[in-house]
Amino acid sequence: MVWGWIPRNTTLIVGALGTHVVLALIPVLVGLVIAVPLGWLASRVPALRAIFIPTASVLYTIPSLAVFIVLPAILGTQILDPLNVVVALTIYTVALLVRSVADALGAVPALIVAAATAMGYRPGRRFVSVELPLAVPVLIAGLRVAAVSNISLVSVGALIGVGGLGQLFTEGYQRDFPTEILTGIVLTVLLALVIDGILVVVGRFATPWARAGAST
Amino acid sequence: MTLLFSYLFDPAHWSGPGGIPARVGEHLFYSVLALALGAIVAVPLGAFIGHTHRGGFLVVGTANGMRALPELGLLTLLVLLIGINLLPVTIALAVLAVPPLLAGTYSGVRNVDAGAVDAARGMGMREWQILTKVELPNALPLVLGGFRAAALQVIATAAVAAYVSFGGLGRLLIDGLKTLDYSQMAAGAIMVAVLALVVEGLLALVQRAVVSPGLRGGGRRSPTAEITRTAVPARADNPEPAGVTS
Repeated sequence: MVWGWIPRNTTLIVGALGTHVVLALIPVLVGLVIAVPLGWLASRVPALRAIFIPTASVLYTIPSLAVFIVLPAILGTQILDPLNVVVALTIYTVALLVRSVADALGAVPALIVAAATAMGYRPGRRFVSVELPLAVPVLIAGLRVAAVSNISLVSVGALIGVGGLGQLFTEGYQRDFPTEILTGIVLTVLLALVIDGILVVVGRFATPWARAGAST
Repeated sequence: MTLLFSYLFDPAHWSGPGGIPARVGEHLFYSVLALALGAIVAVPLGAFIGHTHRGGFLVVGTANGMRALPELGLLTLLVLLIGINLLPVTIALAVLAVPPLLAGTYSGVRNVDAGAVDAARGMGMREWQILTKVELPNALPLVLGGFRAAALQVIATAAVAAYVSFGGLGRLLIDGLKTLDYSQMAAGAIMVAVLALVVEGLLALVQRAVVSPGLRGGGRRSPTAEITRTAVPARADNPEPAGVTS
């Protein structure tokens, strides 16, 4: 380890970290926004579920590197455009979450839905304030997997010249400089742990009743 | 769109040492090595932890931590430390195979019906026999599920080996990027995806073939369950079922 390298290159390291966070987390947010309505449809209409779930699992099987490269031909973007990575990771996030959302909404007890209806909740408000909150634990579990795998997938993008912490790997390798690679690995793992921790905390705050039940 | 397939469908690229079949062979070779190493490490460990019911938190922690490790970083670091040979490639890819295999084996063995394990112990089986004759066969669907996930991950990622001057389908990606030959990159990408999907399909068939029929089909519909189900109405017909009255 050449420790002195790190303070001398904070601009490079922080820049790579920032790019990495943006490339990994925008897809999680966009994916969530897309997956909730799709999952809701899948939980309501069995025919749509029969289409969405198998499609999602096939999409999830396609290697990320392949998607990064084939997308420009479909989107008309440049091969080095970071948008390819964002779109690819969004597809994975949606593929992962649709199933979680559909299962979680399907698992909301019918009695609770009926009780909410009897109390005068209209379907839209019932969904937002009763069914969706009850689906939060499963949703958070899906988001944690999506966020952590996105964080490690972004660095693969460095192979095709996309920025982020993966750049530290390619550059460190070309310069035969393990310190740079190790810095990148440690930051990637730390980033994954921090984001994972944040999601756990968000999940706890979004489901106060779970803690209340556990303490008694 | 024609750019996507022009390299792939050119017959000139389907023969010789740099041809697509040779690259597929190399790709599978690295993948098999990595899966073997991953299985040697993860399956005994998962089986041991699942059998003894000790250290389960370790499995969850290790599996999640390893999932966050960036493959490209690990590979480049190992190559710089060990040198350019198959060892760093195998280790770096095996790291991907360990979490799903470990989690699959552990939860498979852990969740075997406690009654079956007790019955085996009561019949005088030794711990080793319980593990190999009762727990592992019952855990097979989850172990194989873990193996499928591992194989998919490893094949999808084995392309990184080309970055440290090995072969495999990643060669097409790296060489294509260097010469800005998009159709060559696309050929590599498409072949990786096809290979992953084909292997996934084949492993699904293998799983179907080797898993005990008693464990197949979602629910607990074993042959014995069939017998007990038919036995119930037969007993109901009996005006004095055993063990109820008298």
